[in-house]
Amino acid sequence: MGRKILTEHINVPGIQGYEVYRQHGGYRSVEKALKMTPNDIVEEVKKSGLRGRGGAGFPTGMKWSFIDKKSGRPRHLVCNADESEPGTFKDRYMMEKIPHLLVEGMITSSIALEANLSYIYIRGEYMWVYRILERAINEAYAKGWLGKNIQGSGYDLDLYVTCGAGAYICGEETALIESLEGKRGNPRIKPPFPAVVGLYGNPTVVNNVETIMDIPWIVMNGGDEFAKIGIGKSTGTKLISASGHIRKPGVYEIDLSISVEEFVMSDEYLGGMYSDRPLKACVPGGSSVPILPAELLFKTAKGEQRMMTYESMSDGGFATGSMIGSGGFIIYDDTTCVVRNTWNFSRFYHHESCGQCSPCREGTGWMEKILYRLEHGYGSQEDIDLLWDIQRKIEGNTICPLGDAAAWPVAAAIRHFRHEFEYHVRYPEKIKDRKHFEYEPWEKVKHLMGTKEAVAV
Amino acid sequence: MPKVTIDGVSIEVEAGTTILNAARQIGGDLVPPAMCYYSKLKGSGGKCRVCLVEISKGSEANPNPMPKLQASCCTPIADGMEVKNMTSQKVQDMRKGVVEFLLINHPLDCPICDQAGECDLQNLGFDYGAQTTRYQEGRRTFDRIDIGDKIQLHMNRCILCYRCTYVADQLTPHRDHGVLNRGDASEISTYISHAIDNDFSGNMIDVCPVGALTDKTFRFKSRVWFLKPYRAHRQCSHEKCNGQVDVWMFGNEIYRVTARKDDYHEVESFICNECRFDHKNNADWTIEGPRKLEKWSVINQGKYMKRTAEVNIDTEKALLLGRNEDRKRLSMVAPEEAKKK
Repeated sequence: MGRKILTEHINVPGIQGYEVYRQHGGYRSVEKALKMTPNDIVEEVKKSGLRGRGGAGFPTGMKWSFIDKKSGRPRHLVCNADESEPGTFKDRYMMEKIPHLLVEGMITSSIALEANLSYIYIRGEYMWVYRILERAINEAYAKGWLGKNIQGSGYDLDLYVTCGAGAYICGEETALIESLEGKRGNPRIKPPFPAVVGLYGNPTVVNNVETIMDIPWIVMNGGDEFAKIGIGKSTGTKLISASGHIRKPGVYEIDLSISVEEFVMSDEYLGGMYSDRPLKACVPGGSSVPILPAELLFKTAKGEQRMMTYESMSDGGFATGSMIGSGGFIIYDDTTCVVRNTWNFSRFYHHESCGQCSPCREGTGWMEKILYRLEHGYGSQEDIDLLWDIQRKIEGNTICPLGDAAAWPVAAAIRHFRHEFEYHVRYPEKIKDRKHFEYEPWEKVKHLMGTKEAVAV
Repeated sequence: MPKVTIDGVSIEVEAGTTILNAARQIGGDLVPPAMCYYSKLKGSGGKCRVCLVEISKGSEANPNPMPKLQASCCTPIADGMEVKNMTSQKVQDMRKGVVEFLLINHPLDCPICDQAGECDLQNLGFDYGAQTTRYQEGRRTFDRIDIGDKIQLHMNRCILCYRCTYVADQLTPHRDHGVLNRGDASEISTYISHAIDNDFSGNMIDVCPVGALTDKTFRFKSRVWFLKPYRAHRQCSHEKCNGQVDVWMFGNEIYRVTARKDDYHEVESFICNECRFDHKNNADWTIEGPRKLEKWSVINQGKYMKRTAEVNIDTEKALLLGRNEDRKRLSMVAPEEAKKK
């Protein structure tokens, strides 16, 4: 069993309340941080090698050091709790179970950034979590951890929770800032980056819930201690929300040093495949990362063992690799239809595109319609090439990464599972039932694709 | 001053200039097209993605190329930057893709659209559009909306450049309209079908790059290429309006009034609704002379070719001559000739 940084006290009864949390070492990092200088905290975080847990994996210490401290404008820290990526549910679990850890992290991080006004932006669907956080913040105010002159140190901090209205795009940091300002959640054009011009025009840092929750531990135990866990540039532990055809779905805290095979197959973690069916594919980091076929999941293209690290997961680029992303680990067995799965993801991105820039606005809808056709047996061979062409023209040409996120799963599905798309085109009568792979898994129908049967109309 | 090279042409521009504006200072074919950027409207740009360019050298200090194509309308230049627009195959490919995206939901109603002939999307489609469409599904459709009594919003044609919302934000005292919904269902609309009533609302017709917003006093009256644009002015009582306009005439009849536009189809100065909608009488305007158009413009077709200097509209005669020529072009017989026959 690996180290437990975030989930150490998660099952203590009453940890949601202030008293129990304080007894288990809560808010000690704030006490320590108040005695340190802000730059020391940033240095500790830099030393720890902590990388943003929201998906992009950008080093947090570096992000913090970019914040514009010279302008003299007030600074803000915003916590991105708008966790809407399909397949990811780690932040909800943590905020629900141990809300004070987030509050503590917010205070410690705000001290490091010298911010006096910080926000937690939570998605509208998490209304009950919003109430839990409100209660935790009120308790922290009552005990003097927030508000004016925290614990007699002379440092002021106000912390608010704000609720979104249910838009995936508001998880993008500039759209989140727009939404927080009360505007339509459209991503801004970068540069300027939020570290220079962010919330209300002030320098702002936006961090994921899990990143912020790591900060108290780093402050308490030092960055070097944190950097000892994990391999290379992937340090510390990571929460993985595992779902799909596995025995034990749920949220796991893993060291960033175990192998994927161990994670999926060992009883300690996911416990292997559900009802022992063969593994077909895996989406290792939430719906927007490329899907990996079984043969590339445990071993990289070079034949090395694939580890649960940022580097190893993206080994081979997008041709043979993927990304650890936000840690939404979805496992598929052979009853899954990849075309249907891709269509489902595309439908999501079509629904969530903000409609600001043309490639994403028009392209996501177009891809969804083509995938609908393919999945329901109305597709043609050209549609697969058309789909490839559309995703190529969306990727990289949009304002925010939602366009990329919509394009990558489609690209990877075609790259690795083109035969299934072709099967859908050639045998439309066989795929009419959505459970067709449950009755006849790919292994049983594979031989049909070898024959030179005429393409069914 | 920082120096930037676009398609092999170098220019020194002020720091902070965007690539698009630097290219416009050079002029010519290397200027990227722009559907959403409007230099007079703050905050516009970055949305349509047709102005994407390749940056093959970031700057003198950091010569690495940028991995992604950048929107030239909102990327500031750096010293020593090298930009490829027309010379980059990647840019041309992507621009074709973006134009295809813009066109999949755009109706093919150019034959009845008032914007035809002066439409930026038509120009773009001519340069980068494909012959056929690969889009098989139904196009999104909306009902027509009246924005005030003089403006019609035809959302089907909209490409969501957001320019008109910036006009409403920046020229008028309060926010009148914006974007409803999300993704490809998003639509320009007024706040719960509320009519827009202010003196500058007509400018959104001018800034619209397509035929989504049209002038109801001109709708279906004439094709723009049958009309002749002339520079004209009048003494306008509105404090923010200088009364300098283009009048579009058929013979000596004024069909419509628009703001003056520059080479990049941007309004030189915004005009008030009174000038635009209420003065269609010759006597109201002092005509300065014909407006210059690009050579290739369909509006220019066969006009001003012979007697640009003479058509300094100071006499009734020239007006009458123009009318007869128009009639000839429309296969209408002039009254004098009809008498002869």
